[in-house]
Amino acid sequence: MTSIPPVPLGLLAPELVVLAVAMVVLLADLWLPPARRGLLVVAAVAGAVAAAWLGLGLPDGVGFAGTYVRDGLTRAGQTLALAATALGLLVAPEYLRRGGLDRGEYYFLVLVAGLGAMLMAASRDLLLLFLALETLSVPLYVLAATGRGSVRSQEAGIKYFLLGAFASAFFLYGVALVYGTTGTTRLPEIGAAFSAQPVSASAAAGVGLLVIGLGFKAALVPFHTWAPDVYEGAPFPAAAFMSVVAKIGAFVALVRVFPMTLGALALHWSALLGALAVLTMVVGNLAALLQTSYKRMLAYSSIAHAGYLLVGVAVGTPQAVGAVITYLLVYAAMGTGAFAVAIALERGGAEADRIDDYAGLSARAPLLAVAGGLFMVSLAGLPPTGGFMAKLGVFLAAADAGLPGVILALVGFLTSVVSVYYYLRVAYVMFSPAPSAGVTPAQRSGVVHADATAIAPGSGTAGAAVRLHASPLLNLAVLVAAAAVIQTGILPSTVAALGAQVAALLR
Amino acid sequence: MLTQLIFLPLVGALLVALIPRGRPDTVRWLGLLVSLAAAVLAARVVGAFDASSGGLQLVERAAWIPGLGVGYAVGVDGISLLLVGLVAVIFPVALLGSWGSITERVKAYTIAMLGLQTAVLGTFLSLDLVLFYVFWEAVLIPMAFLIGVWGGPNRRYAAIKFFLYTMAASVLMLVAILVLHALAAGQLGERTFDLQRLAEVRLDAGVQGWLFAAFALAFAVKVPVWPLHTWLPDAHTEAPTAGSVILAAVLLKMGTYGFVRFGPMLFPEALVAAAPLLAALAIVGIVYGAAVSWAQTDFKRLIAFSSVSHLGFVMLGIAALNEQGFQGSLLQMVNHGISTGALFMIVGVLYDRTHTRELADYGGVAARMPRFAALFTIVLLSSAALPGTNGFVGEFLILLGAFRVSAWWAALGVLGVILSAVYLLWAYQQVMHGPATARHPERLTEITPRELLAFAPLVALIFAIGLYPRPLLDRSEAAVRAALDRLERPAQQRIVPQAREPR
Repeated sequence: MTSIPPVPLGLLAPELVVLAVAMVVLLADLWLPPARRGLLVVAAVAGAVAAAWLGLGLPDGVGFAGTYVRDGLTRAGQTLALAATALGLLVAPEYLRRGGLDRGEYYFLVLVAGLGAMLMAASRDLLLLFLALETLSVPLYVLAATGRGSVRSQEAGIKYFLLGAFASAFFLYGVALVYGTTGTTRLPEIGAAFSAQPVSASAAAGVGLLVIGLGFKAALVPFHTWAPDVYEGAPFPAAAFMSVVAKIGAFVALVRVFPMTLGALALHWSALLGALAVLTMVVGNLAALLQTSYKRMLAYSSIAHAGYLLVGVAVGTPQAVGAVITYLLVYAAMGTGAFAVAIALERGGAEADRIDDYAGLSARAPLLAVAGGLFMVSLAGLPPTGGFMAKLGVFLAAADAGLPGVILALVGFLTSVVSVYYYLRVAYVMFSPAPSAGVTPAQRSGVVHADATAIAPGSGTAGAAVRLHASPLLNLAVLVAAAAVIQTGILPSTVAALGAQVAALLR
Repeated sequence: MLTQLIFLPLVGALLVALIPRGRPDTVRWLGLLVSLAAAVLAARVVGAFDASSGGLQLVERAAWIPGLGVGYAVGVDGISLLLVGLVAVIFPVALLGSWGSITERVKAYTIAMLGLQTAVLGTFLSLDLVLFYVFWEAVLIPMAFLIGVWGGPNRRYAAIKFFLYTMAASVLMLVAILVLHALAAGQLGERTFDLQRLAEVRLDAGVQGWLFAAFALAFAVKVPVWPLHTWLPDAHTEAPTAGSVILAAVLLKMGTYGFVRFGPMLFPEALVAAAPLLAALAIVGIVYGAAVSWAQTDFKRLIAFSSVSHLGFVMLGIAALNEQGFQGSLLQMVNHGISTGALFMIVGVLYDRTHTRELADYGGVAARMPRFAALFTIVLLSSAALPGTNGFVGEFLILLGAFRVSAWWAALGVLGVILSAVYLLWAYQQVMHGPATARHPERLTEITPRELLAFAPLVALIFAIGLYPRPLLDRSEAAVRAALDRLERPAQQRIVPQAREPR
């Protein structure tokens, strides 16, 4: 006898809002004249903001036979996911219009991926977590391939899809092994079962496979190799969005699975995660040093940031987990912001992806250059920006947790010194005079040559001039991200509430 | 009042940012006026300062990040007061002095300078370790941009080297701060980064040694103590004149200030244990810096290395750990800021005219620029510590303090005094005297009234401090006594057991 469990739809209100808006966007695209597609973005962003506002007001609850939970972590994770979604939507239209890719599907896919990340935050069951992970991943695969005219975008989509499917299989196998040893997929029951009996080899293997599945999404070393290729091939806004939203989904799930469910067994997993964190920080930062492509540099930078975040999960104290949430918020702002600056530029119909393309930006668009410099400084973790405060929070919690934590903090700070080299190089390029090749003085003073438009999209040549595009929505995204980076840098307490309610769950 | 002083330049920088493009003169004037307003505020701080107290004064506190135990706390004592005064004098001088040499991106330049002033003032006045670290690191960003954007041909390399070198050491200090915080949380029963609360923590010798080592490394790179000085010549050589002036006059003092401020307060036993090592490094730095200066062919590099030598004196005075040594060090920090800042401006005046820094490209300049020659002479003698100038008083006190510890220290230190006279006079002779072999004699026009005006406060201070240093020494005396007092009494006698009223 199976009875249909009650369906508390009220619990799902934010998800339903996002889903509804996604459907509306998809359908409205069929009737809207192309000139008015801007409305789609506005509607999508409004939906994300409304869902976030709605979610923050909903009370705690568990539903759907204990597979879905709404608690502090859900609220924090969903707010982050929706913030990332809103930013990801805002940076897209300018780029899509330029490349002739402006379709409602794009915004639909972004919203659905955001929905996946929201569900990951709310999963209290490994199977729901798997479904949510796929809801997040599949739209991202498609987004990576949205650059229809570009072979590299297609390649990125296929590569991401194949490797991602592989990682999902690992995850599912891990779920199977855990189920085999504990007889359940509900996280609290798994935690209880693990605490009650000695950890068996198959259970440990199962948890290890879960780490691989989530580690792939978060781009932890050694599961990171897809990231630079996919970011490089994917259209700029898609790369911007996936770098942030996948990280939010994966890290919220890691927090849910490790400190919250397996907190009693911290001895078994914190050393493993700590080692992965060290590896990720070191490899990410060292590899980023060598990049000449802005996207690849940001890809390795996002890997490095995954390492800093993982330090917080590995330490696993309430304080550390709260700091992880704050870090994700800051990362969403500065990560998207760094991409957004690049989206405003274009070289001969193609993406301005070489770091050298940003030479002379300060003379042509001073505010954009200031914002770009700010994001670089914040990514490097220098005060007075959010990047510093986020790092301080995570590493302070690590140092409080004893000697292993101190070592993690030490590695984290030393690798951030390395990162200063590649971030500041970009900032200097932005503030240095444009080189004579490529940009003529006329263009530097804002006069755009007509012949630059003659080059077909996707066939940008190295010598072509770098042009500046800015639209109100893109400017808004840069402004919001910059404001968030400054505010979290100067008054970090104003965003501490999100992390605090997650920390409270662990106390 | 201190908060206003710290953030006034930053507010000024924001105002400068609002000035529309293409009005460099408005930007220059506003920048100068803001820095002068900061000087007026600093003068008010000096006026409100009670010289008889060795404690921290004009303290302002506010909650900042309560969740992490981080507070906003600023305060001044005799140690920081002198440096605040130095900052207040040097920034207007540097801004005025760069009116002729910075002609591109004046607005961004002025914003960077004013932002730098806020960061530097914050570093000297912070009483919370995280706040201190925030300002300490924030100094790097505008400075690296000053070097990297307005610097010489090799500026990018120099700026990145400067940044990475100092930051690598600083993050070790940050980790030490976090560890200190964690240990203190156990002993005090509250999370705090407040310097005065952390000073009550009793640390055993091993931990104290490690933590002090991390702090000392960050400070030693900044000073720079030999052999950690290699970033300095590159940074100085490539920086624009005002950048060099600020770097030498103020930024290097952050390192020596760090030793005096945090050593006695947080790590008294470790500081006492490390003093002989610090003295040895200081003496090597004095002699090495002077000898290498002598070998330079680039005028700016010569002065950069002379800073290594002069800062060696400051470190020697600190390592003496007695009143004369500390007092001499504090005074010499101010003196070096004035003299070396002025020396860099001297080079700047020449460079603006001829665009070369090679000593060999000059010769017989005195005949073409007699007023400039007089000015150069005064600055030179101050840097060489001639009696009657400021440098003499400071170096004399330091040597006196060093002599009380070991006659050898003083004897080796005196060697540096002699050498500094040698290389400075040698440089002077190369540039100013001899046949008129200057590469661009036609460009060697006499120093302008505006340039002279920028030098005026520095020259006045050279003689004022040289002839009557009491006002400065009086104000730092009580604070120096209090610091030395902490070194003599072991920490456990100071510990206040429990339950202070929460602030």
